[in-house]
Amino acid sequence: MSTISDPPSGSFQLSMLINDTRYRSYTFQFIALILLIMAFAYLGYNLLANLQAAGLNISYKFLGEPAGYDINQTLVDYTSQSTHWRAAVVGVLNTLLVAFLGCLMATVIGVFVGVLRLSDNWLVRQIMSIYVEIFRNVPVLIWILIIMAIFIAVLPQPRDFRGEDAAASMVFGAFAFTGRGFYSPAPVFGPGSSVVVAVFLASIAGIFAFRRYAKKALYDRGQLIPTLWPSLAIFFVPSILVFFVMGRPITLDYPSLQGFNFQGGIFMRNSLIALWFALSIYTAAFIAENVRAGILAVSKGQTEAAASLGLRPGRIMNLVVLPQALRVIIPPLISQYLNLTKNSSLAIAVGYMDLTGTLGGITLNQTGRAIEAIFLLMLFYLAISLAISAIMNVYNNSVKLKER
Amino acid sequence: MKKIAILGAMTAAGLSAGVASAATLDDVKARGKLNCGVTTGLVGFAAPNANGEWEGFDVGVCRAVAAAVLGDPAAVEFVPTTGKTRFTALASGEIDLLARNTTWTFSRDVDLGFEFVGINYYDGQGFMVPKALGVSSAKELDGATICIQTGTTTELNLADYFRKNNISYEPVPIETNAEAQPLYLEGACDVYTTDASGLAATRAAFENPGDHVVLPEIISKEPLGPLVRHGDNQWGDIARWTLNALIAAEELGVTSANVQELAASAGENPEINRLLGTEGTLGAMLGLEADWAVKAIAAGGNYGELFEKNIGENTPIGLARGLNAQWTEGGLLYSPPFR
Amino acid sequence: MSDTHAHSVAFVRETMLPQQPPPVTEAGVVKWMRENLFKGWFNTLLTVVSLYFIFKIVTGAYPWFANGIWNTSSLAECRDMLDGMTGACFSVLTERWNQLLFGFTYPRDAYWRPTLAFVLLIVAIAPVLYPKAPRNLLYFTAVYPFLAYWLIWGGTLLIPLMVLVGLVAGYFAFKQFERQSFAMGMIAGLVSAVVVIWAGSIVPASMPNVMAIEAVQSRDIGGFMLNMILGTVCVSLSLPLGIMLALGRQSSMPIIKWICIIFIEFIRGVPLITLLFVANVVLAYFFPPGSNIDLVLRVIIMITMFSSAYIAEVIRGGLAALPRGQYEAANSLGLDYAQSMRLIILPQALKISIPGIVNVAVGLFKDTTLVSVISMFDLVGMIRGPILASTEWNGVYWELWGFAVFVFFIVCFSISKYSQWLERQLATDHR
Repeated sequence: MSTISDPPSGSFQLSMLINDTRYRSYTFQFIALILLIMAFAYLGYNLLANLQAAGLNISYKFLGEPAGYDINQTLVDYTSQSTHWRAAVVGVLNTLLVAFLGCLMATVIGVFVGVLRLSDNWLVRQIMSIYVEIFRNVPVLIWILIIMAIFIAVLPQPRDFRGEDAAASMVFGAFAFTGRGFYSPAPVFGPGSSVVVAVFLASIAGIFAFRRYAKKALYDRGQLIPTLWPSLAIFFVPSILVFFVMGRPITLDYPSLQGFNFQGGIFMRNSLIALWFALSIYTAAFIAENVRAGILAVSKGQTEAAASLGLRPGRIMNLVVLPQALRVIIPPLISQYLNLTKNSSLAIAVGYMDLTGTLGGITLNQTGRAIEAIFLLMLFYLAISLAISAIMNVYNNSVKLKER
Repeated sequence: MKKIAILGAMTAAGLSAGVASAATLDDVKARGKLNCGVTTGLVGFAAPNANGEWEGFDVGVCRAVAAAVLGDPAAVEFVPTTGKTRFTALASGEIDLLARNTTWTFSRDVDLGFEFVGINYYDGQGFMVPKALGVSSAKELDGATICIQTGTTTELNLADYFRKNNISYEPVPIETNAEAQPLYLEGACDVYTTDASGLAATRAAFENPGDHVVLPEIISKEPLGPLVRHGDNQWGDIARWTLNALIAAEELGVTSANVQELAASAGENPEINRLLGTEGTLGAMLGLEADWAVKAIAAGGNYGELFEKNIGENTPIGLARGLNAQWTEGGLLYSPPFR
Repeated sequence: MSDTHAHSVAFVRETMLPQQPPPVTEAGVVKWMRENLFKGWFNTLLTVVSLYFIFKIVTGAYPWFANGIWNTSSLAECRDMLDGMTGACFSVLTERWNQLLFGFTYPRDAYWRPTLAFVLLIVAIAPVLYPKAPRNLLYFTAVYPFLAYWLIWGGTLLIPLMVLVGLVAGYFAFKQFERQSFAMGMIAGLVSAVVVIWAGSIVPASMPNVMAIEAVQSRDIGGFMLNMILGTVCVSLSLPLGIMLALGRQSSMPIIKWICIIFIEFIRGVPLITLLFVANVVLAYFFPPGSNIDLVLRVIIMITMFSSAYIAEVIRGGLAALPRGQYEAANSLGLDYAQSMRLIILPQALKISIPGIVNVAVGLFKDTTLVSVISMFDLVGMIRGPILASTEWNGVYWELWGFAVFVFFIVCFSISKYSQWLERQLATDHR
């Protein structure tokens, strides 16, 4: 029984704009739009008036001019004669580098701690929960500065390695842990090394192929093929064989103390490590909580059912619990990755030259183009954030429960 | 509460938005305080003392301008600025005068729209190293790790210098002087570079200043001076001539001790009379009172007194006058005549 | 039956045996240890490793704490007193205590004011946090922001008083017009508040010395006090903003919805540090020429925007989690939008969102340390700048950073424990 009658279709009255729900939303939106435009106009007017009073203009020409400053860690070619834009690109790459390393390590530590928090061992559980609480409840900036303080105050400086009875010495003659960063041997690729690298890459592909085959065998024929030892064999044996057959084309370049610093080898700067470690252990505390919640979210019955099928505890975790927990864990994990990436902007506190350090730091200071530089800075971060969440969402969709 | 304050401020500001902002002098007089931008802390140039009062050479300039304009050297609001914020603070009107050992360069003057009102310290970029390193020249610094304060001309000079001499280095960018200090002292960098005056000031704050040496090379010209916004010429003139008055006062032998006496009545030297307002109408031309320069000089003394009190040879910083002596004594200080 | 039994069986116990204590390995401490510490070789290994770890930390840290020196005036003096022993120079904390708490330019004789404001904060916040606290205290909570402003910033009491009067006037105007419609009430309230404040601003301007205490500039505020101020002000301001944004994002009106979405996603996509840069170097360009909005206020604006976007997302989650039936029930009662939100939806949605909001609040409080990057002297800024760079205390890292860790841990940990407690209190359903 439909009693809904059309509202009186009388002529349109002005009061209906407020009293009639059909039109009211238009009124509100109109008002909101007007207010928004007015606010922007007001801010824009102020901006123009201020710029005019200060004799400034908005211009992005500075991006094409030589930057004039040096950057200590560059993943692409850069000299002080490169442009400000190039400096910004160096900064973006450094941001992505530390974010990538940080996410990797945070995930490893986070999963490890999260699983241990559910351990049978009371003592381990307590230690892990103390870790989580301490790191979650103290600002990440403080952790970054503390790790930097360890570098500055505790680790020996290169000068301590000098002399006959030096206060510090290299570990195995190959690694140097100094207050300026870590030095380790770097591989030097001689002629013929490409073959070794190719074989190495091929054996990694081989491992994946073998594991896929093993899985297929398990599902199709119920045949359980051990994967661990064959994988390790594939990983090491061919590469090492080829390495010796080709006459050891890859050598190591050991760092050595020359002049003021160690020269040669791979150098990881203290600012990178401080930032990387601090972001990792801080974010890992949050990830651990997500992992724990994810595992707890898998109902006890699943574990018991798996146990009653005769699976060993390790396999229960790998085959039954974790795949299900993953679906709960991944969405908060994405937001932790995003947080880590955004927190990497604290690099400026330890002088790591990320995007905030180049574009939002030195470039801004040198050119004085504050509005332009900060606008670009925000756009870059927005793009990075959107890209990460897009990629992670694709992954999330691929592991999501497929409902049939 | 804060929201209301913002709303209130916005409405009030909106009502007054039509008022021209060019007349800095009127703003300062209406406010009764001069907003002066200084460093966040560099002993000798601008740093709060144990009682939280600002002291130093740049601070002296601020106080002189405040005394000239408002008659009270204490009517200054010191706004600490970093390399990043200093220019915005000035451009946006947060401060009226920036006295923060800022180098006068072409692009800052022309492109950023500021007006340098003079030079209160002729400086140059130098290097400080621990004595233990045994370095005697900047050319020996190949491969060294160097701490630089970012946002200053020093990092550009450094890049130029090392490129020109074809030697390599590791830059470690630092935001403020305070952060650079522990890095340098603990050996995280071999060298600290900034203006020679800043090096002396930093070294003076060390526990054992004798363990560190400043290398002889000065790799750049760093004329440091106070600056104001472009476009308000009257205000620029006031700042410029207050600085000149301090310099001229030293040349003419007017000190904080005898300035009152000399200003009491017109004396024999017409230039002193014009400077101190007992003759002519220089003050009125600036839009200030006749005894503006008297107050400015009485605030902290003439240029020489300010120098000796804050950074001179009898202070821990111990800078010699060098280029900053009067032209009559072989320096570069040369005030245009007061007439 | 029993007789035959008695003859055929040699012995039958006719009473129950008294209960035996379980074997030693299955009871008490031993059992607990067997189950929790030494179950299997791997577990035992873990326990041993953990014990070794704890042992190392305790033996390493104990002499450092025990030999701590509390009453020297410089690091050199402290090192002299320690005479080569391992020990902490806690004297940096005692000597710089006021600087750590209040910053280095806050007037010394006015330290009691922020301290009092902090004590009163606890009183004011009690009725909000603990449902059992006396309800009358809520009036004090309403007055508290004005009182705290007066205590911390000083100046004449008339300024906060006028604003308070304006707000009260606005509230009564709102009540008056609320019967017509909620929107009308809001507009009337806003207009009358602004008018009263604007008109009333003559009063404090004409009598700047009535009930005046020494005025303090915002830039003189520092130390942990700055963290506390930024944290409490920004959280309390961003809550209403966040609610509005969340409602806006759920709205059926496309323009409003998109404004909210763009705002929220933009803010959530950029790091807080860039927003602080905006506050520091850009925001001043957007204010009318000649207006001087000080740095603390600009930072408060940006942090509030930042946290309101996050709170909006939390509340949106709460709104989405509410059963559809609640919305429909509210509509079928004939409530309009404002009424249904105020009386039915929001109370439930907010209750669901409390843990999330508290998480955002803790995060925000931790993020207030970032202001040290834009050269404001909060707790971290004080340590990094004036204290570590001073001649006396050059190189005292662990005592200072340990103190910072300790302070933040205490505050944040108790907030999150409170949130868990509240969650249990509010869990009235599905047991």
